[in-house]
Amino acid sequence: MRSDRAPLGLKIAAGAGLAFLHLPILLIFVYAFTTEDTSYQWPPPGLTLEWFAVTWNRPDVWEALGLSLKVACFSTAIALVLGTLCAAAVARSRFFGREAISLLVILPIALPGIITGISLRSAFHLMDIPFSTLTIVLGHATFCIVVVYNNAVARFRRTSASLIEASMDLGATSFQTFRLVILPNIATALLAGGMLAFALSFDEVIVTTFTAGRQQTLPIWMLEELVRPRQRPVTNVVAMVVVLVTFLPILGAYYLTRGTETVAGHGK
Amino acid sequence: MSDAASPSRLSDTLWRRPRLLLLLLLIPPALWLGIVYLGALFALLAQSFFSIDDFTGLIRYEWTLRTYGELFRAANLDIILRTVAMATAVTIGAAIIAFPIAYFAARYARGKWKAVFYLGIMLPLWSSYLVKVYAWKLILAREGILNWLFETLHLGWLLNAYLSLPVVGGNSLSVSWTGTFLVFLYVWLPYMILPVQASLERIPPSLIEASGDLGADPRATLRNVILPLALPGIVAGSIFTFSLTLGDYIIPQIIGTSARMIGQAVYQFQGTAGNIPLAAAFAVVPIVIMGIYLTIARRAGAFDAL
Repeated sequence: MRSDRAPLGLKIAAGAGLAFLHLPILLIFVYAFTTEDTSYQWPPPGLTLEWFAVTWNRPDVWEALGLSLKVACFSTAIALVLGTLCAAAVARSRFFGREAISLLVILPIALPGIITGISLRSAFHLMDIPFSTLTIVLGHATFCIVVVYNNAVARFRRTSASLIEASMDLGATSFQTFRLVILPNIATALLAGGMLAFALSFDEVIVTTFTAGRQQTLPIWMLEELVRPRQRPVTNVVAMVVVLVTFLPILGAYYLTRGTETVAGHGK
Repeated sequence: MSDAASPSRLSDTLWRRPRLLLLLLLIPPALWLGIVYLGALFALLAQSFFSIDDFTGLIRYEWTLRTYGELFRAANLDIILRTVAMATAVTIGAAIIAFPIAYFAARYARGKWKAVFYLGIMLPLWSSYLVKVYAWKLILAREGILNWLFETLHLGWLLNAYLSLPVVGGNSLSVSWTGTFLVFLYVWLPYMILPVQASLERIPPSLIEASGDLGADPRATLRNVILPLALPGIVAGSIFTFSLTLGDYIIPQIIGTSARMIGQAVYQFQGTAGNIPLAAAFAVVPIVIMGIYLTIARRAGAFDAL
C-alpha cells in the first residue's frame, strides 16, 4: 500500500534543508537596515533607512553598477546569437563532430572558473590586448552561451519540423519562415535563456577578476569589500539590492517556461 | 528585378542544401568558442611545460616537465590533498542534506508545493555567489547570529569545546575549516539537489509499491530500491559539487584558515609570485582530477541523469 502522505521525519528534513537554503539570504535583508556600522553585531541595535540614502549618493557604486549592466547586456546579446545558432544546428541534424560541439559549449562552465579566467588572462597577455570592457565581455559571453543554448535546444526539439515544411510549401522563403514561424515558436525560450544569461553575467566574479584589470564591476566591488571591509552598511545595502535584481530575471524565466517539459534554470 | 530575386534565390539554395545551412549556423559559435576559449586554454596549458629560471625569475621557453615535478613537493602536494579532502567532504555533506529535499520534492510535493520547492531551490541557486558568501561572513562572525544563538541557549561552552578540537576548530568559526566547509556546502547544495530530484522523479511509483507488496519495510525499500536508482543522480550532482570546490579560490580566502587550496595557489602563483608556469601546472590538476572523476561517473551512468 502506498500512502500519499510523507513521513514526518522526511517532512522535517526537507523543511530544514529549505530553511538552510533561505535563512542566510533573508539575514541580508535585516542587516541592510541595521544602525551598527563597525561590526556584524546581532541582533541589530536599531533599525534605520539612513544607509539607503548614503548608498544612493555613492558614485563608485553607481559606476560599478553601470559597468555590470553594460557588460551583462553585451554578453547576453552575443550569447543569444551564438547560442541560438548552435542550438539550431545541433537540434535539427546529425553530423560529424556533433558531440564535440555540445561538449565545447558546456566546457566553459564545466571546468572551474579560475581555469577559464587564467587562460583568458594569459591569452590577452600573449597578444598584448589591454584590459577593457571588451575583455570582460569576451569572457562573460563565452560562458553565457551554454545557458541560451540549453534553453533553445530544448525548445527546438519540441518544435515540429512539419511546421517549417508547411510554411515553405505555402510559398514562404527561408527568411520569412524564420521570422514568422520559427522565431515566434522559440521566442519565450530565448527570452528565458537571455534572462538567465544576464543574471549569470551580472553576478560573475571569478572569471572577471582575471579579465577586468583595474575596472570594477559590482561583484568585484563587493569582493573588495569582503576582503577588506571599509563601509559595511553600504555593502549590506548593495548586497540586498543585488539579491533583488537577480531574483527578477529568475522569476521571469520561470514564468516564461512554466508548463513546458524543461523549465529554465536547470542549465546553470 | 535581380534585387528582389537574390534573397529568394539564397533562400532556395539554403533549403536545397541543408549542409550549407548547417555550416553557416555552426561557423560563428564554433569560431568564437574555438578561438576565444580553446585558444586561451591551450595557451595556458602550453605554459605549464615551460619553467621559471630560479636566478632571474624569468620564464624559460624550453619544453620541460620540471614544473610538473614541483607539484610533488611536500608543500604543493599538501595543497592538492587538502583541496581534494575538502571537495570530498563537501560532496558527501551535500548528498546527505540534498536527498530528503529532493525526495520530498519529487514524490510528495504536488501543485502549489511543487512550484514552491522548485523556486525554493532555484532562487538560492541563482542568487549572487558573493552575497551568499557575505551572508555567511555575517553569520559566522564572532559577534554574529550563530554565536548569539549559542549564548542565548546557554550552549556557548559547546561551541567553545568544538572550536578547541584540532583540524576542524580554530579561533572562531569564520577562521576554521568548519566555516569553509559550511560555506562550500551552502553555496553548492542546489547543484546537488537538482540532479538527485531529476533521477528520483524517474522512478516509477509502482516499483516502490511492488517492493512494499513483496514484504520490504520502508527502510529496506529505501536501501534496495530507491537509493540504487537515485545513485546516477547523486553522482551527477557530485560532479558539480566536486568540480566547483576544486577550483574555488574566493570562499577559502574569505572564510577559513590561512592554509591554501588549489584555487588560491593558482591565483597567487600567477599574480603576486609571477610564476605562470607553476600556476598553469596547478590549473591542470583539477582538470586531470575531473577527467578521472568523469570517466568513473560515465560508467555509473551519471550522464543520463544530467
